[in-house]
Amino acid sequence: MMASSYNAKEEDGHHSGSVGPGGPGTGKSKKPDNTAFKQQRLPAWQPILTAGTVLPAFFAIGLIFIPIGIGLFVTSNNIREFELDYTGVEMSSPCFNCSQTYSWNNSCRCSVPFTLEQPFESNVFMYYGLSNFYQNHRRYVKSRDDSQLNGDKRFLTNPSKECEPYRMNDKMPIAPCGAIANSLFNDTLELYYVYPNGTKTAIHLVKTDIAWWTDKHVKFRNPAGNNDNLTITFQETTNPINWHKPVYELDPTEPDNNGFINEDFIVWMRTAALPTFRKLHRIIQKKDSLTPTLPPGNYTLDIAYNYPVRSFDGRKRMILSTISWMGGKNPFLGIAYITVGSVCFFLGVVLLVIHHKYGNRSSNAEIPN
Amino acid sequence: MLRRRLNRLFGGDEKRVDSRTIYVGNRPCPATETFIPPKFCDNRIVSSKYTIWNFLPKNLFEQFRRIANFYFLIIFLVQVIVDTPTSPVTSGLPLFFVITVTAIKQGYEDWLRHKADSEVNKYPVRVLEDGQPARKDSEKIKVGDIVEVVEDETFPCDLILLQSSRDDDTCFVTTASLDGESNHKTHYTVPDMEKDLQSLSATIECEQPQPDLYKFVGRMHIYKPEHDPAVRSLGPENLLLKGATLKNTKKIYGVAVYTGMETKMALNYQGKSQKRSAVEKSINAFLLVYLCILISKAVVCTTLKYVWQSQDGQDEPWYNQKTEKEKGTILYVKMFTDFLSFMVLFNFIIPVSMYVTVEMQKFLGSFFITWDRDFFDPEIEEGALVNTSDLNEELGQVEYVFTDKTGTLTQNNMEFIECCIDGFQYTAFSSELDSFCVTDGPVSTFQEKAGREKEELFLRALCLCHTVQVKEAGPDELGGDQVDGPASEPLRPAEQRGFIASSPDEVALVKGAMRYGFTFLGLESKTMKIKNWQNDVEEYELLHVLNFDPVRRRMSVIVRSKSGDTLLFCKGADSSIFPRVRPEEVERIRMHVQRSATEGYRTLCVAYKRLSVDEYAAADAGLREARLALQDREEKLMAVYNQVETAMSLIGATAVEDRLQEEAAQTMEALQGAGMKVWVLTGDKMETAKSTCYACRLFRRSTELLELTVRTLESGGRRREEMLHDLLFDFHRKAVQDAPPARAGVNRSWSSANPEYGFIVDGAALALVMNPSPDTNCSRYRSLFLQICQNCTAVLCCRMAPLQKAQIVKMVKNSKGSPITLSIGDGANDVSMILEAHVGIGVKGKEGRQAVRNSDYAIPKLKHLRKLLLAHGHLYYIRIAHLVQYFFYKNLCFILPQFLYQFFCGCSQQPLYDAAYLTMYNICFTSMPILAYSLLEQQIAIEVLLDNATLYRDIAKNAMLRWGPFLYWTVLAVFQGLIFFFGVKYLFSNPALQDNGQVFGNWSYGTIVFTVLVFTVTLKLALDTRHWTWINHFVIWGSLAFYVVFSFFWGGIIWPFLKQQRLYFVFFNMLSSVSAWLVIILLIVLSLLPDILLGVLRKPRGPHTQQKPAQSSGGHHQTSDRPLLMRTFSDESNTVM
Repeated sequence: MMASSYNAKEEDGHHSGSVGPGGPGTGKSKKPDNTAFKQQRLPAWQPILTAGTVLPAFFAIGLIFIPIGIGLFVTSNNIREFELDYTGVEMSSPCFNCSQTYSWNNSCRCSVPFTLEQPFESNVFMYYGLSNFYQNHRRYVKSRDDSQLNGDKRFLTNPSKECEPYRMNDKMPIAPCGAIANSLFNDTLELYYVYPNGTKTAIHLVKTDIAWWTDKHVKFRNPAGNNDNLTITFQETTNPINWHKPVYELDPTEPDNNGFINEDFIVWMRTAALPTFRKLHRIIQKKDSLTPTLPPGNYTLDIAYNYPVRSFDGRKRMILSTISWMGGKNPFLGIAYITVGSVCFFLGVVLLVIHHKYGNRSSNAEIPN
Repeated sequence: MLRRRLNRLFGGDEKRVDSRTIYVGNRPCPATETFIPPKFCDNRIVSSKYTIWNFLPKNLFEQFRRIANFYFLIIFLVQVIVDTPTSPVTSGLPLFFVITVTAIKQGYEDWLRHKADSEVNKYPVRVLEDGQPARKDSEKIKVGDIVEVVEDETFPCDLILLQSSRDDDTCFVTTASLDGESNHKTHYTVPDMEKDLQSLSATIECEQPQPDLYKFVGRMHIYKPEHDPAVRSLGPENLLLKGATLKNTKKIYGVAVYTGMETKMALNYQGKSQKRSAVEKSINAFLLVYLCILISKAVVCTTLKYVWQSQDGQDEPWYNQKTEKEKGTILYVKMFTDFLSFMVLFNFIIPVSMYVTVEMQKFLGSFFITWDRDFFDPEIEEGALVNTSDLNEELGQVEYVFTDKTGTLTQNNMEFIECCIDGFQYTAFSSELDSFCVTDGPVSTFQEKAGREKEELFLRALCLCHTVQVKEAGPDELGGDQVDGPASEPLRPAEQRGFIASSPDEVALVKGAMRYGFTFLGLESKTMKIKNWQNDVEEYELLHVLNFDPVRRRMSVIVRSKSGDTLLFCKGADSSIFPRVRPEEVERIRMHVQRSATEGYRTLCVAYKRLSVDEYAAADAGLREARLALQDREEKLMAVYNQVETAMSLIGATAVEDRLQEEAAQTMEALQGAGMKVWVLTGDKMETAKSTCYACRLFRRSTELLELTVRTLESGGRRREEMLHDLLFDFHRKAVQDAPPARAGVNRSWSSANPEYGFIVDGAALALVMNPSPDTNCSRYRSLFLQICQNCTAVLCCRMAPLQKAQIVKMVKNSKGSPITLSIGDGANDVSMILEAHVGIGVKGKEGRQAVRNSDYAIPKLKHLRKLLLAHGHLYYIRIAHLVQYFFYKNLCFILPQFLYQFFCGCSQQPLYDAAYLTMYNICFTSMPILAYSLLEQQIAIEVLLDNATLYRDIAKNAMLRWGPFLYWTVLAVFQGLIFFFGVKYLFSNPALQDNGQVFGNWSYGTIVFTVLVFTVTLKLALDTRHWTWINHFVIWGSLAFYVVFSFFWGGIIWPFLKQQRLYFVFFNMLSSVSAWLVIILLIVLSLLPDILLGVLRKPRGPHTQQKPAQSSGGHHQTSDRPLLMRTFSDESNTVM
């Protein structure tokens, strides 16, 4: 007789909450347990959003957010930032000539003078910025092989399919493969301080500590860990099509910054979120506490102009910036905090007024049983 | 004429397809020259759906027939085939999970069915082969086999009873597993069977299998070598149903007529049609909206992509060349695959997990109904039963309640109150205690009134005219007590458990007669024994029982007394008895009957007739003939019954009281307070039903009653149709046009000063309205009728046939606005309306289990309806509505940033979030809190809900799932999505966010957005939660913690076997940036601000509507001091045999 009792719930998703209609023999259930859960009587905290509870919250948010916002805003304003577009779109620009060539292998050089009005007191971070460069294009983002970059030998000679069409060149596997690596930013930026007397002195640019520590030490690894003999390690591979030099010559002077663990390369490989972006290029260490890192005055930026951007209407910038605890200069956060804090405060006031005007009625109604 | 037709049937139509011929014992019979063993199905019960071989394909096919699953399969396939931004795993994994879980569940259920099947199929039975019982598996029984069944065994197939070990050729069975009636029913062997079954040569002709348990027509031809074939009629009393159990009988032999899937039990267990809830319809509507959003998003993105690409240098800049394959693809194909890719990228807006969560919520949520101790009834030791969990939320949406009266509003627990013999009223005892004076008191009062002879006749009639059985264990005890002398106290226990009948009225009458001194001792081999005042045992031979049926509304027995008189006793409703007795007798009794009826008692008239020998012979012949008929047996029997039951003389009338169910009035009041319209649909007579309505406070003293009954229709002396027309328009003007413009329905203030209308309609009038004769051109009647009904506080439909009940429900269900209907009933006559209504509730009453079996929910008592609707229904609705809205909301604000990101990545389908986040968002990070919410939330405490019925109106008409709230949620989701995306975008205008000057990339961007998203969405739910149990705390804070832990873990190691290590230490770096922290906090606060604000401005639901119910419960108590009810003849109870 039970055989058919399951028919009742044959439909997909049609559950039966209890024993099936199998007749009284099976349906004779005992008295349900008197547990709080089964009787839906679990002890519960029953908060109700009333003006009384929310008003202090609004004021508190206002009182917390506004100072934070002011702090952020001030901090952001104190950050020195200097931006220099050296694309060379205008005829007057020193890099105009260089920008006219679209090809990769011209070692065109140009130098752009600029003046800093304010001194840069603490460490100065030099960024390069690109505009209208879609590093977040899907085809671009996925065109890499993390296994190869992690030093996996199998993928060194047989890169992932995702790297197409930058996977093989003349039947040689490309290392590092993919569009991201292939388009590595390769302008060389050199910064000179121009003394009032006209002499130039090069400012020392540190090229380490510009990439995430974990990237440099874990995510990116040269194959076999054999840093001394990178030439041999990479001998079965070829350099990306656009590169002048193979990957093991990215920084021949420093073995810890060569090959896949070259920091310029690692920084480039972290694809930017938006088509206008900046990437950390160099760091200018503060020498001593007395003189500013970059005193006000004239400077020259010497550029080995290799990176063509005119074809896609791109722009190239060099950015000098100091850094605070909140990162680079960005007034947005401060303004946003002040705005939200003020709105909360304002709402608190409005609610207070409403509460006072209509409070009697609602408090009467809210008396529970 | 009748005979001729019968003959034709007998002779000619042997081979009709609508009957089957069975050779008893599978032996050829002399009458048929060629014995072709007929092919019938074997006795295997197959309730399972799958075998091991077809499980996978069949189950998969059935699952993918669901539109949602199919959609996800398509998305998955697109991901596999086309180069899409997200890996197939992201949508394949959830789909696989859902499909697997469902398949396992269904497989398990099917395995249980297989097990149960084989238990039944392998059950050993004894089949008579060559005179010897041979053991066989149950599944091997063939039609025609003679099967032996011993006591307490269930019948393995439908059998015709051939031989019983009892002397009186009967056997007792209980059909508890079929219809839940646990009383013993008597079945009879085929009359005049010979004892030697081995030499029996017979064929049985019977109808083809049909599911009605109580109908069977057949005919048995018995061939003897020297005689003409004898013909015996077979009826349901000869048929033993598979699934029933043999009781009180040592052994029986029967011949199998229906086997396996053709048995009545198997035919009855065909699955019910599935009901869909209004919430599900809303979900589908919202899905459609979201599908449109999805498609338009994909279209916009595809268009933009090609617009963007058409600019110089954007399609294929030097740094980002296309592959050869991409270059080779035709533009239109590319556009199409791009479109598909966008679809895939945004498809998370319609989540697989919503279906899983909704199903889980319904499934798990329904346990709270079964677990509820308030639904536990100590009398029957049972709680509520949930047959389908699909309709939980519908319980919170009910607008119309259709209730049965007998057994639902009333207890169906009859007590004999008074009788009237020959115009004299006897109310000898008002309470049971008076049964002490069984012999003296009543007799003396009797003799003062009607003649002693009349009194005796009346009591004999009560003792004889019924189908009550004395319980098998009872008679000895009973007899022992009573032979000794005047009945005294020991009688009472016997009285209470001695009788079993399908209708409680009959028991009440027999017990009533017993109190007056006439005791029914039992029925043995067609002899009824009764004990009279002198303690003599009178014996009557029971010749015929003219069964009760709801159309005739009466039953009769024909008995022959010791002295040789043949008597017909008939009892029935006044309306069916009065036309059949001498008119001059009627007047004296009618008054009493009417008075009793208005008191609310069930009245019943008793008549008798002395049959002369000729009359009896004619009746006997007619009855036997009709019983033999294969075709139209019912109609033929009816005709004969009507012939016999004429020219009777009226002896008296009885009044039986049926008490109101506990808290019936309070329940009805609460339902009305909740804005539901209560309609009483009953087969009972108008006066009785009306008084029940008054007692239940459905009608009040102030209620103006509009009557559309046969009485009012015929009062004007005009044609019924004209009168109907006038009345309908008159009522319409009163109830609809003159009613204040305030919309009827839920908004109607029920305690206002407006006149209230109650509408009474009876079956005949309804038939006129529903099926107007074609010439009257009055199709408007229906809509008029409906409008009147909808504007009345309560509607009473009396004299309804079961089908008419369903008709009414259907009419309301399909009316404008398609209101949600609920039917509640306890008897077989309510099954049709229970099945018809949106929600069918069965009361575990006394009239068997059919209603419970066909219901969606079953409760022990009517009073439980209040909690079921007001508390459970309300909570379920709020929970699921919130669940649905929340799901759409959280997925819209999940996907919107991803959509916006397309504008900044060249519409290249670059996902904003990592694949793991895309997959886990719905499965792990945000699913548990909403599930816990949707199971545990109590925005308003259960007690408050029960006390304030008006709260139910707040959610009426699908209030939380209409377009307004949907729009609010959607706007909120869009607002938050915009905030998430642009907040982080402005932050990323300078991506140097760390204090060491290092920059963040696109995955950091996505992770920040995602973190804000997960926290906002979870905290939004936390804001909505008004009932924080430890589970809510655990799940909400737990899933946030889980998200953080997971993110650390996911970004913490270089994953082997994964091609991309996109998130390596992204989360960690994000947390090391103060700016990221600040922006996350800011965006969360900002996103939740509007909700907090609205939460304050919106009045808290709940305690603000306490005045009205208090006022109403104080106001109307003029009827509450009459706790008892009432009424007349059991028009509705279904008699089994």
